[in-house]
Order: sequence, then structure tokens, then C-alpha cells
Amino acid sequence: MPLDQVVGAGISRRSLLKLVSAAGGGLVLGLTLPWPVREAAAAASGTFAPDAFIRIDRAGQVTMVMPYVEMGQGTYTSIPMLLAEELEVGLDQVHLEHAPADDKLYANPLLGFQATGGSTAIRASWEPMRRAGAAARMMLISAAAATWNVEAAACHAASGAVIHAASKRKLGYGALVDKAAALPVPEQIALKDPKDFKLIGKPAKRLDTPLKVNGKAEFGIDTRLPGMKIATVASSPVFGGKLASLDDSKAKAVKGVRQVVRLDEAVAVVADHMGAAKKGLAALEIKWDDGANAHVSTADLVREMDAASQGPGVVDKNEGDVAAALQGAATRLEAVYQVPFLAHAAMEPMNCTVHVARDRCDVWVGTQIAGRARAVTAELTGLPPEQVEIHNHYIGGGFGRRLDVDGIALAVRIAKQVDGPVKVVWTREEDIQHDIYRPYYYDRMAAGLDADGKVVAWSHRVTGSSILARWLPPAFKDGHDFDAVEAAMGPYSFPNAHVDYVRHEPPAGLLTGWWRGVGVTHNAFMVEGFIDELAGAAKQDPVAFRRGLLDKSPRARAVLDLAAAKAGWGSPLPAGSGRGVSVIFGFGTYVAQVAEVAVGKDGQVRVKRVVCAVDCGHVVNPDTVKAQIEGGAIFGITAALYGEITLKDGRVEQANFDSYQMLRIDEAPAIEIHIMESSEAPGGMGEPSTSTIGPAVVNAIFAATGVRLRKLPIDTAQLKSA
Amino acid sequence: MAYTIKVNGASHTVDVDDDTPLLWVLRDVLGMTGTKFGCGMALCGACTVHVDGAPTRSCITTIDSVGDSAITTIEAIDRTPSGRSIQQAWVDLEVPQCGYCQSGQIMSASALLRDNPHPGDTEIDDAMSGNICRCGTYVRIRAAIKQAAASPAPAAKKG
Repeated sequence: MPLDQVVGAGISRRSLLKLVSAAGGGLVLGLTLPWPVREAAAAASGTFAPDAFIRIDRAGQVTMVMPYVEMGQGTYTSIPMLLAEELEVGLDQVHLEHAPADDKLYANPLLGFQATGGSTAIRASWEPMRRAGAAARMMLISAAAATWNVEAAACHAASGAVIHAASKRKLGYGALVDKAAALPVPEQIALKDPKDFKLIGKPAKRLDTPLKVNGKAEFGIDTRLPGMKIATVASSPVFGGKLASLDDSKAKAVKGVRQVVRLDEAVAVVADHMGAAKKGLAALEIKWDDGANAHVSTADLVREMDAASQGPGVVDKNEGDVAAALQGAATRLEAVYQVPFLAHAAMEPMNCTVHVARDRCDVWVGTQIAGRARAVTAELTGLPPEQVEIHNHYIGGGFGRRLDVDGIALAVRIAKQVDGPVKVVWTREEDIQHDIYRPYYYDRMAAGLDADGKVVAWSHRVTGSSILARWLPPAFKDGHDFDAVEAAMGPYSFPNAHVDYVRHEPPAGLLTGWWRGVGVTHNAFMVEGFIDELAGAAKQDPVAFRRGLLDKSPRARAVLDLAAAKAGWGSPLPAGSGRGVSVIFGFGTYVAQVAEVAVGKDGQVRVKRVVCAVDCGHVVNPDTVKAQIEGGAIFGITAALYGEITLKDGRVEQANFDSYQMLRIDEAPAIEIHIMESSEAPGGMGEPSTSTIGPAVVNAIFAATGVRLRKLPIDTAQLKSA
Repeated sequence: MAYTIKVNGASHTVDVDDDTPLLWVLRDVLGMTGTKFGCGMALCGACTVHVDGAPTRSCITTIDSVGDSAITTIEAIDRTPSGRSIQQAWVDLEVPQCGYCQSGQIMSASALLRDNPHPGDTEIDDAMSGNICRCGTYVRIRAAIKQAAASPAPAAKKG
């Protein structure tokens, strides 16, 4: 079961508007709003703030407070589209603000707390945000109707004004805010018929683009404050290691270095600028106590996982009788599939600016989880949470990394020893070597085919670390991790199926966390690779074979058919080239991709073309859907070709973009996208494309070379033909 | 020691060690944060500025090597016709996602377009492959450079 359905089960059916009302009374200014908003509202008295997301001042300026962070996925356009559609304002009339940390006002209704992740923002907002916009519109119309002494039903709203058509009277929202603020929130809210949508479903220009072409968008790392110092940090290179001794005399002699901060497991150099901080850090003579992990290597971990994967695991699904069906199968296949630890490597290196004062603490950061950021800061400073303020920012790439608050905690611990504000910036090396990694997964697959090539049994045992057990312990029940096994059967139906999970953790100190595509990404690689193997064993075409397993999933079959048709599936390709397909259901979205690759004699793989068909239900901003497919595919190709974090002597072996490579423009494929029309509820788009592309590429390599790869990243040595 | 450098047409005197990278002078000393830190080793291009017009990785360009060269950053790239063309195409085609690498992308692309008004795919690859975009906007970057090449430069803004 996906993250959003399990965690938020208790409140997922409640609208956010109700949640907000329940949190403090709904409308009355100053009771429901957090203090920075309240302060701003008080400064502009007469502001109409019907909920935590919309504020309208007497000048008619509409401000929308964004509960979901913008990290490239287009949320700062799609959420305003939902609000503006019902509020009847143009996107050009809207001013945006980052929401402050407040788990009550700004909770993600699918998760139960303030977080942006799991491709949930649109799914969580689809109804609540439209209802919020509609409620505000109804109140403004009521205010106008009362002013004119006419029926509200005789009035309508358009472009930030209420109009009484019969008398041709018109009042801008700004003139109505005082009256509207005194009205109750309507209980019956009528949402527009989708056929009347003016914004939703039509390509909208992103509201953050102009700021992102002239250097003016402010990311956390761009924070500037009077008297602010810059610090950079070195944590123990071995996970779980400690600082043994330190000679900082040379570092302190570096021009611009102000202070050296010692923590149990890290050292930070505080300076006037990052150049001095880095030079100071390089001049430190540090001795580390490597501790228990001094000799840990990836090879050892994989051996342990191999042993652990003999199982049995905690059962996720058990349909029919897999053992008997395998016994009776005409053909049996078994395979081990593996994916490596991965770093996030967002372009904005980890950073956090903190000012610890006597009675308050301010934190300037880009975070996907502001409420937790505030909680950890309160805990570390001993301040009550209401004296901690999180100033959220644009995020220079999230991909799950900013769902953890380790970087904020580290910065707060450093800042407690610094007088005045300090911006802690990690070097790229530190960022890659002290990430919270996507887990290594070691999965055992087994299946049986009957004499006609029909799948009679499917077994998938996932072995790997449990992110949930660390990140959200209440959701990890009886050893069952629903994220680790999500989509472990793909979108398919099998008469007999068994999925189980063996939790196996890396050594203490090495943490695993969310990475774009989460459980779906890892399982799609295993499932779609193995399905291709089954198609081969059944002597069937990979597309035709999949179609036969999708009787109960017509939307999956439709995207598969569309992608295959658009890709020219079955048409000839030059020698050394091949096409591969994969299809997934994840995050409420169906995606099929066909990848076309060319494999050189040296084994080098070039992804030449990707054709993608997507059914993500009702589309909010079509251009953003396309952008997420394009970017998600590039992200997934990077992982497939290059992504691998390895350990030797307890240390991460990769350090910067030379040893942890990214796909570059000269390697980027042509990407064609076909979006299916749908009136189903919207699905998430941040992650599906990353999940789908890896297996499509590996299946294409098989088509090109006959070599079946069951492990990422792709080992080009196995593909050499010369 | 003190260095006087010329950034976007204005002179600034800074007192830093001679091996201080230009990137940190721009960002931390002068407060011009449009130029981004990505890797510190000229591997990602996020820190790209123009030094006498040439696209240059400011993270490995030490302050003592700058001399009286004219430095242009993202904050002033709209003063050049190719810069304006690139920015407009970036907006038209909605290139940025997270946007963090885009200052560097735009600086590399505007230098390319100035030197080569009609670059082909290979020339785009050569000029742009030093700039990493983790969000994967490469398809649009390529299309936007081509669109900018095919369009007249927008007029300079007054003031």
C-alpha cells in the first residue's frame, strides 16, 4: 500500500479546509494563522484571510501561502492554479509566499504532517485547494451581494472582481475584504464543473521561471544576513566514527577564519567566506576514531544480504499457492536482481543558516519537511517550538534528500557555539559522502510458466533496509515495510503470487532514506527486468506478453499500447541497437516507456530515444507533466548508467561529479511524451518517469546485445563485443 | 591582500587571500548570489561567469588571476543581446525546474550564442556538456538555444 494511503488513512478524507477550521476556528483573523502571517496581516489591517492559504488585502493583492515546497516540480504554479481556478483570479494577479513551519495549518492531508514528497502534492491538493479557493470566492460574492442588496446567486466572480451582471455593477476583491472577513466560511461548497475550467488542464507559465533566469531566485544557500559567518564542515569519514584529536593552529592562521567548532563526530571551520572556511578546513590536522565500521565494505554488505535473502521474509502478499504452482510449472525461472546505494547529489549542496539567540532561533533553509525542521531545532536548542522560525526557500533539487533534517540538526549544533548567524555549507564531497542513501536492495525473483507460456506463479522477495522504520516508525508494523514492497508485482495480475520482505540494515551510522521514486523505482527495475525474462522464456514479444498480464489494469494496458505504437515497436533498428519497454503504476499514475539504445563495441551505452505514454488522471499543468517526464527520465538514466555509492574501509568511495557521474547534455536522449486524456483523479508526476526508465534501458540493452543485466548500474564490461 | 576587480561594470575592492576563488568573492564578499556553488572543481558549471567574455568556472578561478578583466555575472547578462535572447528562450520554453544550475547554463549558452549565432547540435554539446542539470532539463536547453538563435534579441531594458 502506498505511503500516502497508509499514513494518512485517518484524515485523508477530510478536506484541508475542515482541517484548518478544526485547528482553530476557521475564519477569525489572528486565531488560525501562524504569527508571521498574522503579523503581516495585522500590518495590513483589513486583510481577508479565509484560510491558511489565501490572503487578500484592501488593494486587492492576492497572496497565496504555499504549503508544498518548490524544488523544480512546478508546485508553485500547479497549486496556485487550483486555488486561482476557483477563486477566479488570474495567475498574474497572484503573489506567492513560502509557508512557515506549522504541522496543523500546513499538513499534507495524505501524510498527516507538513511534507512535500512521494509525488503527493497535487493528489493531496486536488480537492482541498479548489475548495479553499471556492470558499473564498463564495464569501467575496456574498459580501458584494450584501453591499448591493442583491441575491448572491445573481452575482459571479471573474478576474479578481465580483460582478452583478443585471445592473452591470462590479467591485474588485480589495473593496470587499472587510465585509468578507466578517462572514462565516460556507458549509456547502460547490466546485466548478471541469468543463468550465479556465486554468486547470491548460499549459500555464511557471510563476518561478522569471526568477530562475536572472539569478534572483533565493535558495537556502543564498541566505545573507548582517554579521553572518560562513562555515564548512567535515564529518567523520567513517560512518559512526568520532573526532579523536584536532590541531587547528594552522587553520586559525588562515586569513578570514574566525573559529573552529568541535562536535563529537564533526569539525566545522567558521569564516568570513566559504573560500576561507574551505582553506581552513584543509589546514586542520584531524585524527578520527573510526570505530566499529572501520572495515565495512560494500562486498561484505552484499554477502550479508545474500544470506539474509534466503528468508523467509515478512509476507506482504500471498495469493493462491505459489509453491504448488511452481512445482507444477512447465518452466521455472529464478533470478537475483540488485540495485546499489545511491546519493541524491542535488545541485544545491546541503546547507543551512542558523541564528541561535537567547530567546529564539531562526533557521533559513530549503526543506521538504518544515514541521520536523522546527521540531529538531526546538529539541536541540531547548526552545519551545513557537520560538523557532523556519524560513523556507526554493530548493535546488530535493529528490527526497530534504525530507531528512540531519543537515539542519548539524547546523544548529554548530550555530549553538557561534555568536550570531552562521551559514553552514557542505562541500560537494561532504554532500556525497555523508548523504542518507537510497538503500541497496537484493531481490530474489521466481516465476513459473505453463506449457503455453502463461505465468502461473510469481514470487518476489525484497531484501533491504527499511526507510520507514527510521523515518516514520509507526508506519513500520510487525516487520512489514509497505514502501520496500510497493509495486513488487508491477501492475500485473497472477493466479498465484507471493511477495515478502526481509529487513536488512547496513551498519549503524549509515542511514538510508527517500530517493526519487522510492519503493516503486527499485521494484520496477526488478519486476520489469524479470517480466522481460519471462517473456523470453515464453517465446513472446515483450509488449504482447505484458498485455496478456494486464486484463485487470486497462489503464496500464492503454499506456503500454500507446507507447509501443508511438515508438514504432517491432520496426527494424540498426545492428547494436535495441528497444526495451517497461510499464508501471505508481503514485496514482500509469506510465509506459520505450527506450531505444545503441551499444558500442566498447560496451558503452547510449540512450538515443525515449517514448513515454502517461495516464496521470486529470492533468493540472500539462507542461509540468512533460517536464517531470523529461527530467525524471534523465534522472533515471543517470542512475542506470552511473549511479553507485560504494563503501571501502567504512568510507564512501565517491566524492564529486568525477567519481559520481551525472548524465550530461551530450548524452541526453530525445524524449517524446504522449499524455492520455483522463477525467480520473490526478496522479503524482514527480517520480514515475524515474521509476520506469531504468528497466526500459536494461531491456533495450538485452534486445541490442542478448546480455541480460540484473544489476545496476550497467556494467559496460559485460557488453563489450570487440 | 586587497584586490580591485571589475564586476558588471563596477569596481570592487576586496581583501582576501590571493588563492581565494572568485566564486566566494562574488557570493560571500560582494553578496552577488546569482552565481552558484555546485562542486568546487569545475565539474558542474554552476559557477560559470564571463571573464572578458569567456565562459569561466569561477570556483577554480583565483582572485589573483582576475586582474583588470571584465567579469560579467548572471545579474548583468541581460545587458548583452545574446544574454537577453537566451533568457527569453529559457522563459518561453520553461527550461528551469529547480533552477539552481540555470545561472551557469545561461552563462554558458549566452557565450556560445555570442560566438556562434547558429550553433548545431555538436556545437551545443561542446559548449554545454560542462554544465550539469540534475533535474534533467537538457532537452529544453537544447531547444531553447536553437530558438534563441532563430529569434531577434529582445531590446535592452531601460534603467
